[in-house]
Amino acid sequence: MLTFTIRRLLLSIPTLLFIAFVIFMLLELAPGDPMAQMPLTIPPEVKEKMRLALGLGEPWWVRFPLWLKQFFIVEPQYWIDGIFGTNFADGAQRIISFQSRSPVFETIAQRMPQTLWVVGMSYVVGVLIALPIGIISAYKQYSVFDQTGTFVSMIGFSVPPFFSGVLLIVIFSVQLKWLPSIYDTTHQVTSWDTFLFQLKQMIMPVMVLALQTTAQVSRYMRASMLDNLGQDYVRTARAKGMTESVVVMKHVLRNSMIPVVTVIALGIPAIFGGAIITEQIFKVNGLGQLLIIALQGNDIPMVMTITFLLAVLIVMMNLIADILYGILDPRIRYD
Amino acid sequence: MLDRALPVLDVQGLKTVFKTRGGEVHAVNNVSFDLKAGELLGVVGESGSGKSVTMMSLLGLLPMPPAEIRAGSVMFDGEDLLNVSQEKLRSVRGGKIGFVFQDPMTSLNPVFPVGYQIAEPLRKHMGMSKKDAAIRAKELLELVGIPDADQRLLDYPHQFSGGMRQRVMIAIALACDPQVLIADEPTTALDVTIQAQILELMKELRDKLGMAVIWITHDLGVIAGIADRVMVMYGGQVVEHAPVQELFTNPQHPYTSALLKTIPSISGERAARLTVIEGQPPLVVGPPTACPFRDRCAKAMPVCALKVPPRYEIGEGHDTACFLADPLEVANAG
Repeated sequence: MLTFTIRRLLLSIPTLLFIAFVIFMLLELAPGDPMAQMPLTIPPEVKEKMRLALGLGEPWWVRFPLWLKQFFIVEPQYWIDGIFGTNFADGAQRIISFQSRSPVFETIAQRMPQTLWVVGMSYVVGVLIALPIGIISAYKQYSVFDQTGTFVSMIGFSVPPFFSGVLLIVIFSVQLKWLPSIYDTTHQVTSWDTFLFQLKQMIMPVMVLALQTTAQVSRYMRASMLDNLGQDYVRTARAKGMTESVVVMKHVLRNSMIPVVTVIALGIPAIFGGAIITEQIFKVNGLGQLLIIALQGNDIPMVMTITFLLAVLIVMMNLIADILYGILDPRIRYD
Repeated sequence: MLDRALPVLDVQGLKTVFKTRGGEVHAVNNVSFDLKAGELLGVVGESGSGKSVTMMSLLGLLPMPPAEIRAGSVMFDGEDLLNVSQEKLRSVRGGKIGFVFQDPMTSLNPVFPVGYQIAEPLRKHMGMSKKDAAIRAKELLELVGIPDADQRLLDYPHQFSGGMRQRVMIAIALACDPQVLIADEPTTALDVTIQAQILELMKELRDKLGMAVIWITHDLGVIAGIADRVMVMYGGQVVEHAPVQELFTNPQHPYTSALLKTIPSISGERAARLTVIEGQPPLVVGPPTACPFRDRCAKAMPVCALKVPPRYEIGEGHDTACFLADPLEVANAG
């Protein structure tokens, strides 16, 4: 398993370099000008100078390796310096946002917690709701519970978050006035009341994202449980005199989790993508919103860095899914 | 020695139906038999004759619905297994009655080591600690002839061959010293050499442990070598029941005779063709109203289509469900 992990980690390096190159070239070839949003009163010669100052005068074969160097060498150095108070970076040039003129990673670090809270929480909530629904739905197939679960899943699958989000805002913020429609990022949790407020402002975005996760994961869980409930080893377990809870929650569940774990791991990058829209609706100033604004402003370093981080997440989650697969299923041996 | 006259298991008038869209399938009709301590009862019949369903009905192992046990009693240990609590039934399953299934490739849970799977019933029924259960599991693996038992306890089912897996299944069934072992076609999925090994093992274990065995098969050759008594099933009914010697030398039911003719022989003259029983076994939709074998029977009489033949006692421990055994019916037909 260890050799497998190391081999896969090494293999992911060329993969990621290739992805970085593709993203860079896509942004390079795409039309758009970082100066487009500057006031029209600025003369063209000045704009040209500003472009040169941003480094846009250099050809791509200079800028791409430079970005790689900054991403993989300079930024980690700053990161280590920040933690241990060392001075590895020695004032080297960081990746700078065209829009804010501040280091890209500082902005990302500011925005990360909001996204992690909302997206992470919604995923955890979604999975925790989905697993029991899937298990019970399969065990009591075609019962009222199963039918209801199927119906709710269909809604979760078919209603996009930009609709369910707005619907929730209309009902709970506009009509009932129970929940705030705008996520207040500056809010600090210091007491019981502020904690309640934080909870209130998180409920809607978390629920919108969790609905999708629940719909998907519960369907996979149900299908996987149904597959396994009909297997011969289940009859063996019953013939051994095991109680139903041991039969279902141990023998069947352990087997059913194998494909579901993969789905859960691979769903994590997807939920970050889904969060881009949800963050817009609820005005959460997280990574998704940051990416949208950067795209609109042709902020190439910012777009490049966020997109690449998502790519890293996808590659890592694939690796984690494979490793978990090997741990859960003894028939799979990588070495 | 065990008292051989006393039945450990007494099944009377068992009826199991499956509710399907096409109607009720009567898979087991009025099946009665008993099993004495230390005895090996062979149950033979074609696929779909209700052998497995009968045995699974005894322990409530059929999925309900669609299955439903309509009538009958299963007396074991002074209690009717069809009328006891789930809790009590679970303590019998795997504890006092062991079950070995047909397909060893799929009957073990792929994600748990075999040692764990053997220890499970030990810990539940015998209340053993993890350590004691592991020691007993090792003994059991040695008992069923798996070398390197210590090492192999930690192995997963996929690391065993088919024959070895069936030995593990037998070890699980034997774990709690059951009074009765029900083996449902335990050698069908295995090649003949392994089959012979498993048969030898079962005979040896039965003599050593003195338990009663119900051996389900459609292989009469296996039955001849191992059983004390044989029960022939057809269309969900017991059509003939006799001591093994008696059944092979003096079959009374036309189905049994036909079945015996289908056995290929390696001695004597080479037959031009293997005999087959013409036709298909019936799927009994609705309660039976006639002899299930009449459509394929060479000696069918008008009465066979009118009522279900009762089991006629025709000798010491030998009975058959055929009107040919009733002089009155034969006279009527003649």
